[in-house]
Amino acid sequence: MSTTHPATTPPAPARALNASRTAATAARVLRQLGHDPRTIALMLLVPCVMLLLLRYVFDGSPRTFDSIGASLLGIFPLITMFLVTSIATLRERTSGTLERLLAMPLGKGDLIAGYALAFGALAVVQSALATGLTVLFLGLDVAGSPWLLLLVALLDALLGTALGLFVSAFAASEFQAVQFMPAVIFPQLLLCGLFTPRAAMHPVLEAVSDVLPMSYAVDGMNEVLRHTDMTTAFVRDVLIVAGSALLVLGLGAATLRRRTE
Amino acid sequence: MVNYSSRSSEDPAVHARDLTVVRGRRTVLHRLRFTVPRGRITGLLGPSGCGKSTLMRAVVGTQAKVTGTLDVLGAPAGHPLLRTRIGYVTQAPSVYDDLTVRQNLDYFAAVLDPGRAAADRRDDVERVLADVDLTSHAGALAGALSGGQRSRVSLAVALLGTPELLVLDEPTVGLDPVLRRDLWALFHDIAASRGATLLVSSHVMDEAERCHSLLLMRAGEILADGTPDALRARTGSDTVEAAFLHLVDEAAAADRTNAGGTEESRTEESRANADRTKESTR
Repeated sequence: MSTTHPATTPPAPARALNASRTAATAARVLRQLGHDPRTIALMLLVPCVMLLLLRYVFDGSPRTFDSIGASLLGIFPLITMFLVTSIATLRERTSGTLERLLAMPLGKGDLIAGYALAFGALAVVQSALATGLTVLFLGLDVAGSPWLLLLVALLDALLGTALGLFVSAFAASEFQAVQFMPAVIFPQLLLCGLFTPRAAMHPVLEAVSDVLPMSYAVDGMNEVLRHTDMTTAFVRDVLIVAGSALLVLGLGAATLRRRTE
Repeated sequence: MVNYSSRSSEDPAVHARDLTVVRGRRTVLHRLRFTVPRGRITGLLGPSGCGKSTLMRAVVGTQAKVTGTLDVLGAPAGHPLLRTRIGYVTQAPSVYDDLTVRQNLDYFAAVLDPGRAAADRRDDVERVLADVDLTSHAGALAGALSGGQRSRVSLAVALLGTPELLVLDEPTVGLDPVLRRDLWALFHDIAASRGATLLVSSHVMDEAERCHSLLLMRAGEILADGTPDALRARTGSDTVEAAFLHLVDEAAAADRTNAGGTEESRTEESRANADRTKESTR
């Protein structure tokens, strides 16, 4: 049974997700957060406070608040989950727990799905609070169903988790990890149509914004804002955001190595 | 694949031939050949930076760029089937600081064997807590424990399930003498009562006397192996420490004669030293 040159094994056969290991991982991530109530409070309250602030910044022009508020409902979960996931995964890498887990019978998919589930659950709460506040109390005038806003927000959170997981592989420290926020998120923020319609941008920038997933997150929110029923554009936007999230999650899985130098 | 485990228990737990590991541009392990006997405690001893951790990571299957032959429990190192059969403790405690000791163990037990009944898993967690003498701290956050306590949590994780091979990288560093004695008693108990194999690294030579057999390492090579008695007899020394120093001096003298103290070899050596420093601060 001995191998020669090299002694490394052939890659393990692809394993389907193991539901109990995934659930155990999600529960563990939530338990870790449970010991950190301040982080939870910040994650849940900061978006609400920002939206409240925004409502009164645009006190004289409620139409502007409608548009920017709806966009931000999609952007907040993305940014929060990006930050939390990139730091959490980086910690997992630097503390040696990742090496330990990958030396145990844990599939990479189990780990990633566990993180996505745990942070997804938190994103649901965050988005529900933010959406509820803006629609019910801040008078956001949305033509479509607020549930669709929530759906897009959830997908945005998933995208944020995926991006965070992916960039954590390229960060050697927490300092670097937080710097990926401006590097990865800010360009998307500028180009997503939040400040000015994408069609009014320089053609080159418009083309760039066409390939950035956050653009579709914001477009999706605006579709719900303006149309009473689900439009084809909305379905397309949602599929693109979900597809990018899955793609980046896959890339993130590829950065988890069982064997490292 | 099934026949891996049905192989004779007389086979060594670990068998290496021409085991070479490259890290960056440096060859950390040079064509090692050694065996680790089953059901015994094998000590891996040598100065910091000699490649002990790399060797252990290769055995566990987390080290990249491993060439040569390395069979562990009858399968090539890193084989997926080995992941439930090996317990591994890294030098730095690898546990979640923001979970309690029990939550840490619960999670790793669930990862190890999710199919097991919850009650069995709980019993297992209680057993390993008692093994490392942390039952009274089960509800404390791992991050709030002392260094020695955290490394015992890390050890407890490796004891979950019934691993056939325990790979322990400096498990007793920073522990007080009483705890060290207790842990060594535990290691002997695990080897004797469960028939498990232990590969324990240390750079403290008095721990060598407590091992059944030894692998002495220096600069990425195995200097000598055998029982503590055999090593002492071979070098005519009273202690394993003296035997080791004797062998190191011998090897260093041989290096000097071979290289003739040329400019090249000195540069080589200083580079190796610089690498070693880097590694220890890593």
